[in-house]
Amino acid sequence: MSRVLAPLALLALLLFAGSLLIGPAGLGLAESLRGLMQGGDSPVTLVMREIRLPRALLAVMIGASLGLAGAAMQGYLRNPLAEPGLIGVSGSAALGAVIAIQTGLSASFALGLPLAALAGALLAVLLVMALAGPRGTSLTLILAGIAVSALAAALTSLVLNLSPNPFAASEIVFWMMGSLEDRSMTHVWLALPFMIVGMALLATLGRGLDALTLGEDAAQAMGIHVSRLRLLLVLGTSCVVGAGTAVAGAIGFVGLVVPHILRPLVGAHPSRLLWASALGGAVMVLAADIAARVILPDRDLKLGVLTALVGAPLFLHLILKLRKERF
Amino acid sequence: MSGFVRIFEHIKTLAARVLVTSAALLCAVPAAQAGAPERVVSMNLCTDQLAMMLAAEGQLLSVSRIALDPHVSPMAEAARDYHINSGQAEEIYLMQPDLVLAGDYTPQTTLDMLRGLGIRVEVFGITSSLDGVTTQLAKMGRALHRTSRAKAMIADFEARRAALAADRGKRPSALLYYANGHTSGEGSLAHDILELAGFRNAAQEAGYHFGRKMPLEVLALTDPDLVITSTPYPGGSRAEAVMAHPAVKALKEGRTSTAVTDHDWVCGTPRVLDAAARLAEVRREMTGAQP
Amino acid sequence: MTALPDSALSVSQLSVTLQGKTVLRDVAFDIAPGEFVGLVGANGAGKTTLMRALLGLLPHEGESSLAALPQAARAAQAAWMPQMREIAWPIEVRSVVMLGRTPHLGGLQKPSAEDRRHVEAALERMELTEMRHRPATQLSGGEQARVLIARALAQDTPLLLADEPIAGLDPAHQIATMQTFAGLARQGKSLLVSLHDLGLAARHCTRLILMSEGTVVADGAPEDVLTPERLAQVFSITAFCQRTGEGLVYQPLDVIR
Repeated sequence: MSRVLAPLALLALLLFAGSLLIGPAGLGLAESLRGLMQGGDSPVTLVMREIRLPRALLAVMIGASLGLAGAAMQGYLRNPLAEPGLIGVSGSAALGAVIAIQTGLSASFALGLPLAALAGALLAVLLVMALAGPRGTSLTLILAGIAVSALAAALTSLVLNLSPNPFAASEIVFWMMGSLEDRSMTHVWLALPFMIVGMALLATLGRGLDALTLGEDAAQAMGIHVSRLRLLLVLGTSCVVGAGTAVAGAIGFVGLVVPHILRPLVGAHPSRLLWASALGGAVMVLAADIAARVILPDRDLKLGVLTALVGAPLFLHLILKLRKERF
Repeated sequence: MSGFVRIFEHIKTLAARVLVTSAALLCAVPAAQAGAPERVVSMNLCTDQLAMMLAAEGQLLSVSRIALDPHVSPMAEAARDYHINSGQAEEIYLMQPDLVLAGDYTPQTTLDMLRGLGIRVEVFGITSSLDGVTTQLAKMGRALHRTSRAKAMIADFEARRAALAADRGKRPSALLYYANGHTSGEGSLAHDILELAGFRNAAQEAGYHFGRKMPLEVLALTDPDLVITSTPYPGGSRAEAVMAHPAVKALKEGRTSTAVTDHDWVCGTPRVLDAAARLAEVRREMTGAQP
Repeated sequence: MTALPDSALSVSQLSVTLQGKTVLRDVAFDIAPGEFVGLVGANGAGKTTLMRALLGLLPHEGESSLAALPQAARAAQAAWMPQMREIAWPIEVRSVVMLGRTPHLGGLQKPSAEDRRHVEAALERMELTEMRHRPATQLSGGEQARVLIARALAQDTPLLLADEPIAGLDPAHQIATMQTFAGLARQGKSLLVSLHDLGLAARHCTRLILMSEGTVVADGAPEDVLTPERLAQVFSITAFCQRTGEGLVYQPLDVIR
């Protein structure tokens, strides 16, 4: 197991360092580290601590959240296509966040933004689960996801179009694609508590998800409280996806790509896949965010664009594979 | 013979009379067509203001909805006296205008349709310098047949501009930082306002020439004496959130003065001098200079 | 407690109503340690419903000593092999069997030497030792069934419930599995296994429960349950039945039209 986790952790660490050192300001290595460590109020410290550090931290947090949530949902639904972005959970979280911002809830109450996003995510998870069900086929899952995603995207557009703020309407891209541009430590502190709670909830699911490999009946007869597991999954996923989306928009495909790549490396065990996917997700989002800055340094290239470029072909490949197996 | 001559003379006079009369008639028709437009509709925030400043009583019929928004429109009060249009060809056609004033960003399809319906359309470009303000005033004066009023306004504008330019002293650096992290360098009206107010444009010095996106960390390292942000709109947006980023706040803290851009900065009208005058006041505070 | 001290499972007046339809009515029986009970009946007779209900997996009326237990205690008392042979992920065979040890592991505990011993024993019993490292999803249907039986065996409970465990197995493995079950019963365990092969049921089970239309129509020794009249009535078939030196030989013959 540590054969997988250790290299992933190392890779995440390297990319984290890379994320701190790459930026349009073109600071030297020594200068950057000095700025980060020494503190004070020099411009370099400002850049390192208030601009690059939160960005790198959020990449790790959000990547880990999405990877973990993807692995947990796939384990519960026993379906490799389950992913927060694809089934509309992220999109609904974005809707919650947009409503919080446009109604002024987020301005009057600091936790209003993540809480509203969490509520959006929760609603979507419940809706998709009710529509597709744990025994639902890939087809019903994806159809339910399409319906929820489309509705969430439409309502998000509507809210943004009704906004008195002329900039808001053009921000649908951010909410649908996600970006870590210009995030601050405020965002880190806003998302962190929810992510810790959500990850803690999801981390307890390992054994139950393993048992669910043999179906709900078998798992229950092995002493697994399936309904409690479902509740924890729903809450945990909503917490991490809600918090991540509230501060960085909906970033798709991470929860699909990462568990898919790592599954063979952990012997396909849903429990082992959880932490591996958390680390893998951090690696993927860090890499995507660095790529976004390197490829088009002057524009705010959306993270979701890069993750979709990797994820969408893989998604199609998975569908083909499942079709061969099931139909 | 003389009888003949007399008759001829008579005919000549008659002909001349007819000629004069018909010439007068002929002239009278084009004079009515090329004369001052009587039903003018403006579809653009900046043409709205120029038209309100220059139009004769009753000449301007309608201004765009955005002219009512005090956030971007310094003449929001005045705009209440006019019909409001939302920029759709249909409603504008029904107002039966004889001149439509539009901007560069007015949708081309709308303008094509209006022209197709036989309505004269004047398109005003974006003002990207202080010199551009006089050009715009002159153009609007011609369009509305109010050239003398435009001339007076231009003269007043140039005089005030010269007075502001004469107030020279220490030139601190300033940087404009708007929504989405955009800044303004040379080739923008905001840059000219900044310079007229006696500042050096830090974006210009950092190599950011036109209205370009400046990464937050470049802003932090540029470390200007004054960061000028824009007044945020209601409703909130992520684009404007960057102006409240801790790094921007840190740059504004510890500085004696702050400034924000407002509706006077938006359009190329003489109002930009009010903006420059206020900013010059900030500069004097910063440098301790006397006016 | 309705269960007698010497009974592994006690069921009384068990009824199940699904969507307004009574699918199980007033079922009652006890299973003692050492009994290998075959549950037989036509399709739709209520065999699966009965087993799921007495495990507490379905809402029901009446008493089941198993369903009355808290979930953890239930998992220690009975192992359950559902009819639906689901192995969702390509986990290696040994790990699937190890899942049977789930109720014996606490918290974050890793498998102990004893857990491994049970797993190895179950693998050996179901002749899976050779393929222990292969992904279970790559095995044939019959092999997967054996993996899942081994998984249930590894749970090491006094009571084993299995829903059509030998369906789809080749003859040799069908017989071997029935022998394994009979051997467990001789060790004092109790088994309730639904079966469609009446020949194997008659030969290996110590007792049969015959169900029809949601009720138990006969309960007792195989010879007493599988009378020609009941076969005709419940299955609409005729059969050859004789006790020989090789044990009870039972062979269904024809469909009664």
